[in-house]
Amino acid sequence: MPLVEIQGLTISFGGQLALEGLSLAIQKGERFGIIGESGSGKSLTGLAIAGLLPEAADASGVVLLDGEPLPEDEKAMARLRGQRIGMVFQEPMTALNPLMRVGDQIEEALALTQADADISNLLQEVGLESGHARRFPHQLSGGQRQRVMIAMALANAPDLMIADEPTSALDVITQRTVLDLIRHICDRRQMTLIFISHDMRAVAALCDRVAVLRAGKLIETGPVANVLRAPASPYTQELVAATRMIPRQDGPHETGEVLLEIDGLGRAFQQGGFLAWRQPTLLAVDDVSFLVRRGECLALVGPSGCGKTTLARMIVGLDTASSGQMRLEGTAYHGSDLPPLLRADISLVFQDPFGSFNPRLTVGQSIGEPLRLLPRLATGEHEQRLVDAIVSVGLDPAMLSRYPHEFSGGQRQRLAIARALVTRPKLLVLDEPVSALDVSVRADVLDLLARLQQQFGLTYVIISHDLDMVAAMADRVLVMEKGRIVEEGTPAALFAQPRHPLTKALMAARLPDLAA
Amino acid sequence: MSSRRILAHPGLVVGLTATAGFALLALVSLFWTPYPIGEVSIARRFALPSAEHWLGTDQLGRDMLSLVMSGTLTSFTVGSMAVVIGVGIGVPLGLAAAIYGGLVEWLVLRFSDLTFAFPAVVIAILIATLMGPGASNAIIAIGIFNVPVFAQVARGGTLTVSTLDFVGAARLAGLSRIGIAWRHLLPNIMSLIIVQGTIQLSLGILAEAGLSYIGLGTQPPETSLGLMLRDAQSLFLIHPSLSLVPGLAIVIIVIALNIAGDGLRDVLDPRLRSRRRADAAR
Repeated sequence: MPLVEIQGLTISFGGQLALEGLSLAIQKGERFGIIGESGSGKSLTGLAIAGLLPEAADASGVVLLDGEPLPEDEKAMARLRGQRIGMVFQEPMTALNPLMRVGDQIEEALALTQADADISNLLQEVGLESGHARRFPHQLSGGQRQRVMIAMALANAPDLMIADEPTSALDVITQRTVLDLIRHICDRRQMTLIFISHDMRAVAALCDRVAVLRAGKLIETGPVANVLRAPASPYTQELVAATRMIPRQDGPHETGEVLLEIDGLGRAFQQGGFLAWRQPTLLAVDDVSFLVRRGECLALVGPSGCGKTTLARMIVGLDTASSGQMRLEGTAYHGSDLPPLLRADISLVFQDPFGSFNPRLTVGQSIGEPLRLLPRLATGEHEQRLVDAIVSVGLDPAMLSRYPHEFSGGQRQRLAIARALVTRPKLLVLDEPVSALDVSVRADVLDLLARLQQQFGLTYVIISHDLDMVAAMADRVLVMEKGRIVEEGTPAALFAQPRHPLTKALMAARLPDLAA
Repeated sequence: MSSRRILAHPGLVVGLTATAGFALLALVSLFWTPYPIGEVSIARRFALPSAEHWLGTDQLGRDMLSLVMSGTLTSFTVGSMAVVIGVGIGVPLGLAAAIYGGLVEWLVLRFSDLTFAFPAVVIAILIATLMGPGASNAIIAIGIFNVPVFAQVARGGTLTVSTLDFVGAARLAGLSRIGIAWRHLLPNIMSLIIVQGTIQLSLGILAEAGLSYIGLGTQPPETSLGLMLRDAQSLFLIHPSLSLVPGLAIVIIVIALNIAGDGLRDVLDPRLRSRRRADAAR
């Protein structure tokens, strides 16, 4: 008998179908992956199994746990959850109470069960030390917080653990260690796992069987080896193809004279605290120097917190360096003091396509905003620039009068690129340009970026932690750790023979390709 | 805000309808009341509700319905003018505090603390003592109390919105801080301010009633709901309806505004809305 059996589960919100006739069976002890892009209903499936559907949801169909339907009564359901189901969510930052020591939070989870576990054993099991129990969530790193979440989910010795994108908010190295941790725990405890993710490689590395969902419908299901390595449906084939990034085959871009010089750049942050002056300052960027030549594509890689985003913000003029300077075509600046005329030469594409547009302005108004940097532009030219920009990213000029919420994530990122291009800049800084996008549109956006670079002779500085993306795009890679540049080279040379321990760790953390 | 979202929220419909009803009564009193509110007639004083006087008459024989209509107008005017003062001064202060930080923020926050430290009534008594009692001074007193409330709401909202990338994009596009505040920040905190506005309006109406009751607000021959309560208090045991009518009017208006405010918060607040959408996307 399967541990979880879903029969004809249909969920809708105010008449809008979110999940349609889903039937699945998950065997005891199995690690089951649910793959889907945003809006596919994958998280909803997880919530339905845990009996945690939002009140606004209209659900029909049956969810059986050990052959018994989930109890209607909320109290009985809560007891069942407390005894048999553990859950791990995506955002370890918000899933923990910021005012409680993590040990107390695990204790609380323990108190709700009769299981004879104790905190130090649990902490040890998830790879933390007993000293960590006395810390508050903000004193732990993202990976450590996710370990605490897992410890809490394990407190009741559940038969079933539901993990919803548990590693999406973590950087590559931490992601790998958390995935390995989950696998070991499942093996040791003979626990059933439902792993919900958009990341096919993570699912392939962790799960035995998998279901692919799209827009609320089950596309296909079966053993990982069959579904992901030899997909039957065109949609899964498309998804699998999209995860495979091909390293650039063509030679390096032709580069010209030096466009941007970074010279001994540093950025210190004053740390807070009661005796603020007693705290050492935090050097987010520490004596960084490099050159960017016209026409090249430079990548900055490193784990989260290594200072790469701070560096990018200084280059574009959103933050000011505390030491050193930058020179754009010979003009020295330190960040925010970048002269307005030169600002038109540098653009930034933000990571999150959902936060980068003002919801109350039309897309045209937002895209046209940087044109203020070019005050001498004629009125007719203004309109023409908007049309050119939106056409160059492959969208329709009629979209200029629409509002951001009418667009999908991939379209918004195209619009963000259009906004970055509207002043016809020389240098584009791209902060994780595709990491917030669904897998199937990532490749499109990267293709677009490559084409634009060819077409307009653009220079790119790409900030990323995704080595495959970097290999597919960059001519040169700088590896950053703790504010310093620790290694530099072409992607091919760097990834073939990493020298610095961090580069080695980044390489080792890469999840195996699906074909492997 | 689409009409469908309003209709989907029964509390909001009830609250807005009741508020609009009272506002309409108040506005009509500008042109017409069943009887002139100054018309005194000892012969028909203390009349019970009847076909001629729907809510009866008071100790001077004035028509209670006319008085309530006119009094509601005063209450709404005082409350909303005080909100206008609060928004007009508080929102720019809050925006400035969030945008400039440093000394500006420190000054705004300490000014807020200072104002919060004195209850509105104490400030009102001070102002009334200095400038004499009256509706316009009540407006100023309540308005001053509203300023820090709106300043804090605007500052909090602005700090949240400023972390979003489109504000960074606007800075890169060379907009000045004031330009960013006007174009990007203010429109995105407007819903917070509207919700706070309905709540401050109900508090203002209560405060006006309180001030009039202790004789520092509206002065005769004008009337307000608080003034009616004050006139009726000595007769409460003999003619309770004289107190009940204005009292109930205040209660209903305040409840209606609060329900409407809660409903508006549900419908307008972008944070709640995005949470709902996130739930729906799961």
